[in-house]
Amino acid sequence: MPKLNSASDLENLRQEVVSKRDPNKLCVTICSGTGCRAYGSEQVAETFAEELSKNGLKDKVDIRRTGCHGFCERGTLVVIFPEEICYLKVKPDDVPEIVSTTLQEGKVVDRLLYEKSDGEKVVHESEIPFYSNQNRTVFGNNRFIDPKKIDDYLALGGYKAISKALFDLSPEQVMDEVKAANLRGRGGGGFPAGIKWETTRDAPDEPKYVIVNADEGDPGAYMDRSLLEGNPHSVLEGLTIGAYAIGSHQGFIYVRQEYPLAVENLNIAIEQAREHGLLGENILGSGFNFDVTVHRGAGAFVSGESSALMTAIEGKVGEPRPKYIRTATSGIWDKPSDLNNVETWATVPLIINKGADWFTGIGTDRSKGTKIFSLVGKVNNTGLVEVPMGTTIREIIYNIGGGIPGGKKFKAVQTGGPSGGVIPESLIDLPVDYDELARAGSMMGSGGMIVMDEDTCMVDIARYYLNFLAGESCGKCVPCREGIYQMLKILNRICDGEGQDGDIELLEEIGEVVRDFSLCALGATAPNPVLSTISYFRDEYEAHIKEKRCPAGVCKSLISYYIDPDKCQACMICLRNCPVGAISGDKNVIHVIDQDKCTKCGTCFEVCPSRFGAVKKISGEELPEAVPAGTPVKREKGGKNG
Amino acid sequence: MAEVTLTIDGREVKAEEGTTILEAAQSAGFDIPNLCYHPMLAPYGACRLCMVEIERGKRTRLVSSCVYPVEDGLTVYTESDRVVKGRKMLLEFLWARAPGCKAIRDYGTRYGISGMESIREFGEAYGAAASKTKFEIEPTFCVLCGLCVRYCAEIKKKNAIGFIGRGTEREVMFFPEIAREECPQCEECFSVCPTGLVRLMFDLVKEPQSP
Repeated sequence: MPKLNSASDLENLRQEVVSKRDPNKLCVTICSGTGCRAYGSEQVAETFAEELSKNGLKDKVDIRRTGCHGFCERGTLVVIFPEEICYLKVKPDDVPEIVSTTLQEGKVVDRLLYEKSDGEKVVHESEIPFYSNQNRTVFGNNRFIDPKKIDDYLALGGYKAISKALFDLSPEQVMDEVKAANLRGRGGGGFPAGIKWETTRDAPDEPKYVIVNADEGDPGAYMDRSLLEGNPHSVLEGLTIGAYAIGSHQGFIYVRQEYPLAVENLNIAIEQAREHGLLGENILGSGFNFDVTVHRGAGAFVSGESSALMTAIEGKVGEPRPKYIRTATSGIWDKPSDLNNVETWATVPLIINKGADWFTGIGTDRSKGTKIFSLVGKVNNTGLVEVPMGTTIREIIYNIGGGIPGGKKFKAVQTGGPSGGVIPESLIDLPVDYDELARAGSMMGSGGMIVMDEDTCMVDIARYYLNFLAGESCGKCVPCREGIYQMLKILNRICDGEGQDGDIELLEEIGEVVRDFSLCALGATAPNPVLSTISYFRDEYEAHIKEKRCPAGVCKSLISYYIDPDKCQACMICLRNCPVGAISGDKNVIHVIDQDKCTKCGTCFEVCPSRFGAVKKISGEELPEAVPAGTPVKREKGGKNG
Repeated sequence: MAEVTLTIDGREVKAEEGTTILEAAQSAGFDIPNLCYHPMLAPYGACRLCMVEIERGKRTRLVSSCVYPVEDGLTVYTESDRVVKGRKMLLEFLWARAPGCKAIRDYGTRYGISGMESIREFGEAYGAAASKTKFEIEPTFCVLCGLCVRYCAEIKKKNAIGFIGRGTEREVMFFPEIAREECPQCEECFSVCPTGLVRLMFDLVKEPQSP
């Protein structure tokens, strides 16, 4: 591949790529993101290849392994173009039928379609409510692109923005456009990217560095991963545009070692971009030089913090350093270093192509554009969701997420990962943007959204996050290291039924000090899960401490299982299923749980037939006295053995 | 170097540009608590005891004075309510780890924290004062100030001692291969250690241990 040497070279290549493609040709796209891979999308793709050659369709049908489509709940996703027929939960066994029915006969396989709650089937991907209620400007291209092929990105207008920036705009104009768009950082704090760029550009020192933060580590969040895996060129293009505006010639991409597919696809993309003259010396013949190095993380959550990340790139232990000079002025090797997150960089080409006015037309007053959320937890349609800023939590959870499974009641949503907080049901109509979330005591963070239903204990949730943070605190500064540890100890004792009067106040007191005195953002935000659950669910904490009761029935030390002798039909099911043999009884003899042996796993509760409903979960109340061993079953009238 | 004027606890203080608030305060006779600061070493900002509140216009913020550079017209409060509240909590965190540490006891006494002044020796710590202090005593006898590690790296350039682990698992560790060669004739880190642990730890690596 000869290097592209001008803007017209790029356009000619694009024309060539597009002209070779027949928009009416059948194309089977198979989601090959990490989620679908876990469902076995690779086998589905291989089966398609086999079936096509078996049926002599190899030349008539294309196969494309794309990045993540987002509807991860229903993987493996298969979409057949040009008609955009969308099949869900496709297994290799389904492939022969798809090939014969859809590809050969042109008919739809009904059973693999999306079914609305009223039973109506949906054929086209974009008409599925999960997708149709979104606005997928940044993430949408994933489903058309094989991330390992630069041609797919070019066919969709890829690298148009860098060409426009290099040949039609000065670095200042590029910067002004991004500033005018008011693009705020998608990784956490929401700092305006354009202002950060300007700080780095205006810093006197040379050289300047630009960095992609792909150290996404929040539990349940995977949007950066999916973007990097599914559309790596968009990130590279954005980064190169930023480098041009800032005057940087060296970029770094700090990506988690835990994201092997992202690393693989990224490295392929970088190699292809270099071959095409889109990275390296004299990009597109413009005279601008820029190249990138991929730096893989070593598994520390704190390395996503900007100063820790830069310390890690320097080859040292990824620990934050105390500095009151911003990394934008003094970062890697004390040189000006601009760090933005994956999604922020991927948004840049769109702003350059479509203009700041287009971008500011989406979103709220102070939060522009769209945001990708990873919608997980107790919600029907888990997956990646992109919506305009200002979309309400209700719209996201109900219209897109399809509500809470099993008809349970929505309780709260946790946003912003371990640094964020919970938003209770009373705020379900809160428009989601940077400022509204912060006002509600949480934060945007990188966009994790964990939905919780009535069976979730908020003290237990706070404990979960603190436990995560206790393991991820680097231990350098005292408030974060010792404060999180002490808070976790208190939460543990509350959940264990040993909470004391004053524990809530002590948690608040410690939380405030950890927030104010910690060295970096990890510590400063670590108390959020505790403080926000206390502020919205203080009664739950009090129930644990004062009544020794877990209202959601989660904390094992505070719950007991008990078999109601009036309802037990001695069916032996719970008795056989109890993993520790804690249930005694026999045929026609009422079953009794030995509380000393019971590990409170809940198996008996789950297996007891619902028509009996004999096993009860109780919390905070006296356990009724067990019936004497050998008590015969009371049968309903007309029952046998009566 | 240009000179700047700042106000510390209501007093005007002159300092050279490029120095830190802590250095400026110390030269003017203020005693801001600190554990991880050492005049010969690069600022580390980890113990957070030297946090002070600074005022700029209507906004105040907490900064670590050992790192924050002086600015002309800066107003600093070294003992504001917020500062003292946090500092006391940090001392209590540390006391639970290094009971008996003189520096912490002295600061604790200064801030009126009960339960600290009575303990003089490590041995007395177990159980004796646990009920009097805010947090259960779980001693590691190390406050992880990093003075030993940084002194060895920055001044001696030997890196015979370093950190391992993270969070509360973090600890200071001699690297025996280097320590046996370099440390016997040096032992300078013993005098910078606020708890005295580093001397005991060195005894453990001095001789090869029998399995």
